[in-house]
Amino acid sequence: MPQLPNTFGGWIVFIIDEYGELFLKGMANTLLIAILGTIIGFLIGLVVAIAKTIPVRKTDKAFKKIVLKILNVILSVYVEVFRGTPMMVQAMVIYYGAAQYLGLTMDPIFAGILIVSVNTGAYMAEIVRGGIISVDKGQTEGAMSIGMTHWQTMTSIVLPQAVRNIMPSIGNEFVVNIKDSSVLNVISVSELFFTAKSAAGTYLKYFEVFFIAGAIYLVLTFTVTRILRLIERRMDGPDTYVITGSQSDSMSVLKVKKRS
Amino acid sequence: MSEYIIKVSHLQKSFGENPVLNDISFDVEKGETISIIGSSGSGKSTLLRCINMLENPTDGVIEFHGRDIRNLDISVSQYRSKVGMVFQQFNLFNNKTVLENCVIGQMKVLKKSRTDSEKTARTYLERVGMLKYENAKPMQISGGQKQRAAIARALSMSPEVLLFDEPTSSLDPEMVEEVLKTMKSLAHTGLTMIVVTHEMSFARDVSDRVLFMDKGVIAEQGVPEVIFNNPENPRTKEFLSRVINK
Ligand SMILES: Nc1ncnc2c1ncn2[C@@H]1O[C@H](COP(=O)(O)OP(=O)(O)O)[C@@H](O)[C@H]1O
Ligand SMILES: [Mg+2]
Repeated sequence: MPQLPNTFGGWIVFIIDEYGELFLKGMANTLLIAILGTIIGFLIGLVVAIAKTIPVRKTDKAFKKIVLKILNVILSVYVEVFRGTPMMVQAMVIYYGAAQYLGLTMDPIFAGILIVSVNTGAYMAEIVRGGIISVDKGQTEGAMSIGMTHWQTMTSIVLPQAVRNIMPSIGNEFVVNIKDSSVLNVISVSELFFTAKSAAGTYLKYFEVFFIAGAIYLVLTFTVTRILRLIERRMDGPDTYVITGSQSDSMSVLKVKKRS
Repeated sequence: MSEYIIKVSHLQKSFGENPVLNDISFDVEKGETISIIGSSGSGKSTLLRCINMLENPTDGVIEFHGRDIRNLDISVSQYRSKVGMVFQQFNLFNNKTVLENCVIGQMKVLKKSRTDSEKTARTYLERVGMLKYENAKPMQISGGQKQRAAIARALSMSPEVLLFDEPTSSLDPEMVEEVLKTMKSLAHTGLTMIVVTHEMSFARDVSDRVLFMDKGVIAEQGVPEVIFNNPENPRTKEFLSRVINK
């Protein structure tokens, strides 16, 4: 039986020594969930936002109008529900719901990625929609005036500009996901928080263990933020970015001057 | 009898309850340059946008080569490529280079190859004096250069008609001339042009006919000599004295 430490510093060293590998695994899972969740969430948001911005013209056929209307309602409900409930609750409902009613026992990591993706998708939908709206209407008219279709205009002209405008918001979602994936511990996803919790239980050293976990979270978010800032600066974007749709208010618009 | 390329008959357009165009009728012959003048808010842009099908008329008919544009044997996209538009705010694609701006429509709408499209694009960029900026992004060039690039983009679609909506109105004074010069040279190539403008010298010296619009109607139309020297309608007189003596 090794001698147990009796100082704060001693415990930190002891815990890192004992659980370092576990922490690394937790960190890797946290990053994996955050990265995939953000990317897939972004793709979901893209599709939802595109679907929600299909123009309905007076001259369109009634069938098309009805289909678009129904689609719009479904997508609005999705966005409202996933933005209006805590991700922790969503995790419980989806994970145990699938097990109980679909007989589907999901691998926790897979479930974690699924939940973060769907949750992020709801936020991204609003962010992308804001990005699309922030692109000058003249861009669309220019494209229409030379005969480009709505789809061609979206994919070649509007979306590339919209995505560039919302890069800061996408990065922000990524950072949020690094932190908020911690709620997945309620369905036993072995991300950083979960591994910390199990490590803390053995010696009942909650403060020391979570101090280390906090430090790791901080290093992750700090590094990611700097990397994203670097990427943003390298993109030959406009002088001002428009950040649309914060976590709390989808209608908020923030103009950010690019650092020169 | 001469051939009308565009014929507008009894065109009406309202936005909600607000009538903007009222019983507009005129026709355009192939190769003609028509200037539309009139004070702001008189419906000039709306008229061009109806012709380009960016707006749906409330009533009336617009014909292209004698066929109602709502009932053509070509798609709306194809029609728009034949009836191009140049905007006051240029509307160049900000995420594309000058060359790409002129190429993308040819490839996507006309389904031409990249090689052919670039060749055509360069011909027109040369014509408007923008070839040396082919790799610039719109952010990097001046207003006058943007407008010339936008004209090249429209020309690259090989249109039969070009609509210009106040192409020089958002330019600094020293850049107006370069754009007007480009447009003048086009007027002599047989291209059909409908130009909404506040440049009275262009309307007088370059166009074959001038339409004066006032509160949603064509108050007077005729050859420039008559409109500028002997207008019949007192409102034309009043408008001209206002814009020429400013
Ligand atoms: N999309 C629109 N919705 C509502 N009103 C409009 C719209 N576009 C133009 N109008 C109105 O139509 C009138 C004519 O506008 P416009 O055609 O732009 O005039 P002009 O180009 O001669 O200045 C104006 O009163 C304007 O407010
Ligand atoms: Mg106008």
